[in-house]
Amino acid sequence: MSEEKVDAASAVKPGDATTDAQDTSKAALEAGSQHTGRTAFEVVDVRRGLFGVHDTGDTSGYGGLVTTIALPGPSERPYGGWFDEVVDILTEVLDESGTGYARAVEYVVVDRNELTLHVSRAHLVEVAQALRDDQDLRFELSLGVSGVHYPHEHGRELHAVYQLVSVTHGRRLRLEVAAPDDDPHIPSTTSVYPANDWHEREVFDFFGLIFDGHPGLARIEMPDDWPGHPQRKDYPLGGIPVEYKGATIPPADQRRSYS
Amino acid sequence: MSTTHSTARIVDDADLPMFEASGGDWSQIAEEAARLGEERIVVNMGPQHPSTHGVLRLMLEIDGETVTEARAGIGYLHTGIEKNMEFRTWTQGVTFCTRMDYVAPLFQEAAYCLAVEKLLGITDDIPERASVIRVLMMELNRITSHLVCLATGGNELGATTIMTVGFTAREEILRIFELISGLRMNHAYIRPGGVAQDVPPGAVEATRDALVNVKHYLAQLEELMLANPILHLRLKGVGYLGLAGCMGLGVTGPVLRSAGLPYDVRKAEPYCGYETYDFDVPTATDADSWARVVLRMEEIHQSIRIVEQALDRLEKHAGPVMVEDKKIAWPAQLAIGTDGMGNSLDHIREIMGTSMESLIHHFKLVTEGFRVPAGQVFQTVEHPRGELGVHLVSDGGTRPYRAHFRDPSFNNLQATSIMCEGGQVADVVVAVASLDPVLGGVDR
Repeated sequence: MSEEKVDAASAVKPGDATTDAQDTSKAALEAGSQHTGRTAFEVVDVRRGLFGVHDTGDTSGYGGLVTTIALPGPSERPYGGWFDEVVDILTEVLDESGTGYARAVEYVVVDRNELTLHVSRAHLVEVAQALRDDQDLRFELSLGVSGVHYPHEHGRELHAVYQLVSVTHGRRLRLEVAAPDDDPHIPSTTSVYPANDWHEREVFDFFGLIFDGHPGLARIEMPDDWPGHPQRKDYPLGGIPVEYKGATIPPADQRRSYS
Repeated sequence: MSTTHSTARIVDDADLPMFEASGGDWSQIAEEAARLGEERIVVNMGPQHPSTHGVLRLMLEIDGETVTEARAGIGYLHTGIEKNMEFRTWTQGVTFCTRMDYVAPLFQEAAYCLAVEKLLGITDDIPERASVIRVLMMELNRITSHLVCLATGGNELGATTIMTVGFTAREEILRIFELISGLRMNHAYIRPGGVAQDVPPGAVEATRDALVNVKHYLAQLEELMLANPILHLRLKGVGYLGLAGCMGLGVTGPVLRSAGLPYDVRKAEPYCGYETYDFDVPTATDADSWARVVLRMEEIHQSIRIVEQALDRLEKHAGPVMVEDKKIAWPAQLAIGTDGMGNSLDHIREIMGTSMESLIHHFKLVTEGFRVPAGQVFQTVEHPRGELGVHLVSDGGTRPYRAHFRDPSFNNLQATSIMCEGGQVADVVVAVASLDPVLGGVDR
């Protein structure tokens, strides 16, 4: 496990992280990775207690329980099915161009029968170009970009997820690119997939990711003078308490939740 | 001209950002127009306009009657559904996503539920009957959606009879929706694990009767539209978007198929057992608005074929409509009581009278919801307007960590410029109608 991953786990929830809890979460992270048989990479949350209740005390007697939640980590070969073939061809194309597969593609995740290539942001456009243009890859249709905000993943908080379809070969895969919160820049893919124009504007609008080289990166859903980026996890949902038959119901983000 | 707006002193606070309604921009535009010495007219069409399919805003730069530049502005119906879904359980999410594209609500429900099921790894455990009901509802919904497209498209050209016939036909199917799901729209009928309840007795016969009427009205529409010289003149060669344009802009659905590519998710990446149904994917090669009208009519016929096959299957086999796993399946079945629809009396008797464990189970599942293992999936279905994609991320909790809908209308509206520029102002209405955007889905 690299230095960065441990940092990601221990820096979670800085407000209540005692040294003791940090140690426990490290141990839990390692235990979690053994459980899946892969390296746990992207920590999305560290939970305490049995029921995942945040606002009230845990009366179950399991208040000291610490569980680390991580997304499925890198997969090892063979990936199965046509996944290996696509990664092989992509390796060939990228190695030929001088970029090198290892530098462009950080790691590969195969989960729930779906292939995800985690691409370094510097080489995103080149990878997309290769995927679109090589006749054995031919991912000619882009189904847009989706942003995800992982505030617990330090240095990789903002993700952009690209869904590609090869109509020719009947295949689908996903590209995922990460950028840190303090440098939220990702190169625009509109030169390869013009369809991503509005989708990148939407991700910019909702997450604040800046797509360098986009022809007109303006807000698309929110008003132009809107402060903040509403889909980020640190942006509140909003709402007011509603009184009904004498009882007051708090807004959705302040209700008791179990996560 | 003064560069400070008259409201400036009211908002004279250094902390507040200030936006001027006059000054800079407009004087620059006026100066540039004066310098060029030509008449440059920018017309704002919408967002409140009877011909823009809802709250779509079109910014047209015109030279006489010719559109030289067209831009689409959206965001007037943005409701933050995706953000809201992050604060509700996985099951409650259905109630939200059904409200996105309100003309085709069952497709959002189906796509979302298929994605949740993929995340849970229970795709193969969904009962056969639930999948058949999903297919039945989706194809009926495709018919209603295409009927609305034809009807409003005709209405926008001034052909009110096309509208009334189309909506009358749609009404037949909305009654079936009401009979099966309880609601005419925003059904929340398809749920993670299956569907909310089995089709009620008599629904299959009622659907068969409705189909007879739909076919009758569809024949009327075809007689009204297909040989109509005015429609020919207004639609043929208008709103052209060739195959290269469609692929580049990610345009899918009837618009892509009107350019000749038989790409349909039901065939390319089957879900809900579509591979077992007998139907064709119609295509055209003209890539214009007329081809899309004809194509949508043909797709209605194909959907009727699928509906008939689904009805046959419903008659043949009874069975459960919800996954067997009690940790996921909604605990109660609905029933009609004296005060309307609610939990069935049998279920209430069980949890309130006989079984404490059932009560705990009901309470836990309904208030807390089920947990979904961490990970992400992308699921697409063939929506009436193109490929609808759902990107779901789970953090292992009882709520979606992120839910994103790739709505086909949102994507397809990008083609507004390329389809309208160089044509006439009146052709803009035709071109936008042939894209058939629904702004609830565009803005979400």
